[in-house]
Amino acid sequence: MKTIFEEHQPGRGTEYLPSREVDLRAFLPEAEIRSELPLPELSEVQAVRHFTGLSRRNYGVDTGFYPLGSCTMKYNPKINEDTARLPGFAQIHPYQGEATAQGALQLMWELQRDLAEITGMDAVSLQPAAGAHGELTGILIVRAYHELRGDKARTQVIVPDSAHGTNPATAAMAGFEVVHVPSDERGGVDVEALRALTSEKTAALMLTNPNTLGVFDERIAEIAEIIHGQGGLVYYDGANLNAVLGHSRPGDMGFDIVHLNLHKTFSTPHGGGGPGAGPVGVKRHLAEFLPVPVVTQQDGRYHLSYDAPHSIGQMRSFYGNFGVLVRAYTYIRALGPEGLREVADDAVLNANYVLSLIRDHFVLPFDRIPKHEFVVAPPDDLVRGKGVKTLDIAKRLLDFDFHPPTVYFPLIVHEAMMVEPTETETKETLASFAGTLNGIVDEARENPEYVKTAPHQTVVGRLDEARAVKQPKLLERLGG
Amino acid sequence: MRFSPHTADDRRAMLRQIGVDSVEDLFSDLPASVRLERPLNLPQGLSESEVAALLGELAAKDLDMQQYVSFLGGGSYDRYIPSVVGEMLRRSEFYTAYTPYQPEISQGTLQAIFEFQSLIAALTGLDIAQASLYDGATAVAEAAMLAWGQTGRKRIVVARSVDPQYRSVLRTYAHGHGLEVVEVPLRDGRAAADDVATAAADAACVIVQHPNFFGLLEDVDSLVGAAHGAGALYIAVADPISLAVLRTPGAYGADVAVGEGQALGIAPSFGGPYLGFMAVRQEYLRRLPGRIVGETADHEGRRGYVLTFQTREQHIRREKATSNICTNQGLMALAATIYTTLLGPHGLRQAAALSIEGAHLLGDGAQGISGMDMAFTGPYAFEVALRTGAKVGDVQAAMLGAGMLGPLDLERFYPELPGHMLLSVTEKRTAGEIKRLLAVLQGVEA
Repeated sequence: MKTIFEEHQPGRGTEYLPSREVDLRAFLPEAEIRSELPLPELSEVQAVRHFTGLSRRNYGVDTGFYPLGSCTMKYNPKINEDTARLPGFAQIHPYQGEATAQGALQLMWELQRDLAEITGMDAVSLQPAAGAHGELTGILIVRAYHELRGDKARTQVIVPDSAHGTNPATAAMAGFEVVHVPSDERGGVDVEALRALTSEKTAALMLTNPNTLGVFDERIAEIAEIIHGQGGLVYYDGANLNAVLGHSRPGDMGFDIVHLNLHKTFSTPHGGGGPGAGPVGVKRHLAEFLPVPVVTQQDGRYHLSYDAPHSIGQMRSFYGNFGVLVRAYTYIRALGPEGLREVADDAVLNANYVLSLIRDHFVLPFDRIPKHEFVVAPPDDLVRGKGVKTLDIAKRLLDFDFHPPTVYFPLIVHEAMMVEPTETETKETLASFAGTLNGIVDEARENPEYVKTAPHQTVVGRLDEARAVKQPKLLERLGG
Repeated sequence: MRFSPHTADDRRAMLRQIGVDSVEDLFSDLPASVRLERPLNLPQGLSESEVAALLGELAAKDLDMQQYVSFLGGGSYDRYIPSVVGEMLRRSEFYTAYTPYQPEISQGTLQAIFEFQSLIAALTGLDIAQASLYDGATAVAEAAMLAWGQTGRKRIVVARSVDPQYRSVLRTYAHGHGLEVVEVPLRDGRAAADDVATAAADAACVIVQHPNFFGLLEDVDSLVGAAHGAGALYIAVADPISLAVLRTPGAYGADVAVGEGQALGIAPSFGGPYLGFMAVRQEYLRRLPGRIVGETADHEGRRGYVLTFQTREQHIRREKATSNICTNQGLMALAATIYTTLLGPHGLRQAAALSIEGAHLLGDGAQGISGMDMAFTGPYAFEVALRTGAKVGDVQAAMLGAGMLGPLDLERFYPELPGHMLLSVTEKRTAGEIKRLLAVLQGVEA
């Protein structure tokens, strides 16, 4: 497809604004005024066809099954899109007075309260803009907590070797040294290793539970005790909360801080990579460190409170990705407590169902009851014997209109393929996906070359990523 | 309202296939001590019609900019958004997709980001732009981290005339890294080159917004000179609409340009989701945070786009990454790309020009009101900072009574500016509305 720069024809364009002539020299020094503005000129129809064309070269949850592990690509309800666009939410200014935004503030206050209940925490900030941003907020709270206690020797954050890459990156961004704890043979944290690594230098442990292998760490209470016993804090990465909604709460597992991904668990759309929202919840003893402002309620009136002398400060402009918060609030109100628990039931049921259908065709590094996702690898005779790798299987799935699972993650499993079906898929879709995966394994034994050169049906084939780095072309300019 | 499709028969058949009797069996590894043995204490679930009514009632409690004429700005603007933007953003192939990890089926998202990077580079006059950041404030903070990484210096200098939200977030991020933030004081609402030269000794960067938070033009040439003279990077903060008419950061010598992209077709939405952007000179490519999209080809030579230079990023580099940022603001970057494409150079210039003209109509009129004056001297655009003998709270009440939103009380962020307020004018404000505002301002008792 052409780019907007290739579509450009000088003189094209549509009149969106009054065309009154303004002489800027009346208001600004002439030397400050820009003479050229090399932007493309397209007619409205051209632009509409261009972006419609781009959309058709994309794959979303509405296009088909998207079992991307750890990303929770569940269906995004359309009512959420409507409510977020109500003028009373979309057309309000962050600086308009509290008295004129009581509906928005009430929604935020109730969402804070609901997320605290769902996670078993005491206080919540809605400010972080994404999961990784929530992590940074949480780890800055860890830092502020130890600083206020004068506990300056706590320089280390412990992270499991199965963790999301954002965990170590976040800890480093908050100035901590990262210490890796290995997994045990059952896929959980190696508790003895953790005990040995924990010391008076430990600021916090970051953990996902169920973890990135989809495995629930049964020794979580013991793990939390080890960290607490040495004066550290325990941080919950909420990426996998979908698995335990209504069944178990991080607060009851012993966690002190949690971040949520509203774009995973609470159905807000991923938007092709944002915007998300990453609220952070904490236990009572950490509430004073939350970012400002928090929404408070007094006598039925809602306020933005900045009165928090020990707050880590502000994490972004204003109050959060409000439009995303409206969607998550809508979802929670629609589902209610039973609906949310059923989400976890069916997310886990669906993962186990798919696994049961493919387990004979793949290798299971940890053969346990998975929660909402599981990790498998292709059989050895394919990988070593035929040179067919996980990437090849993933690419071949594209030919059958399935989005592939997450591949090569977690890092501790060789040729990993991480499958998260989510609760919103039908039994037929799940069975069809499993059958396709098995069929690709069979096909790869007979015709490995065809699988290795997949995809064959997409608008482009495998792209040369090395060339993108060696001969970088990161933008286009008018006139080439 | 539930979105799980399973019937009781489905569940039974699936459990049989798995080889367990009940869904509870699949949770058997959760220790009793961590199980929640009661329903979540939340309101009962609702049907779609009920939830729509509930949200409608909440939204109706807010005064919105369709009913009220907004003169609020300061980093969030009520600009006209062509119908096409909303229409295209609701194409669910875009908004229900995730980060484009599988480029063969994500060319739509990838090409749109490539076009976004191209547009930001054209607007800022710099060499390279990345795929977007959370918002303007975090973009400023990330730019400061970039400068620290580049220079190894631990002092960040920021003009006090930079948006207070941005400075606030900068302090939070800087504290995490143990960096020192030094503010350059206001001199007639601006940063002075002498002050910058002093502060910039041994600093990683100097951060200046232009036009600044008060709408004033900074003396960028001398500020760039002062920063570079001290070996510090110059980070320009700019509103993208202003870049349609003003000399670019690239042209006046900035090393990095960052800003808030909300003005490019994104609804005010009570402060988010918005869009941070960042553009840099070529030599800082490998220090950029977040996603970058590049052009390449498949084995048949067909053009395609991929995420590239990923060795900077957290999923590869983990604790050595340039930032922990994982995604960008994909859909918001798409909105900005569509908006900018539709308006084109003439439309974007017109949005800027009409806003500036309106701001001056307001500024000129306000100067004629007794007890009111421009807060600062010199050229200004978009925002109008005024000093008033009246209480700013009274002005807000009077405007509300007349069906208008504004102004922002500057004392809230600048204790040194009591009785100062900020009004903002976009291309949506008509001369009639501005005259009505002037009449309201005239009527407020000092």
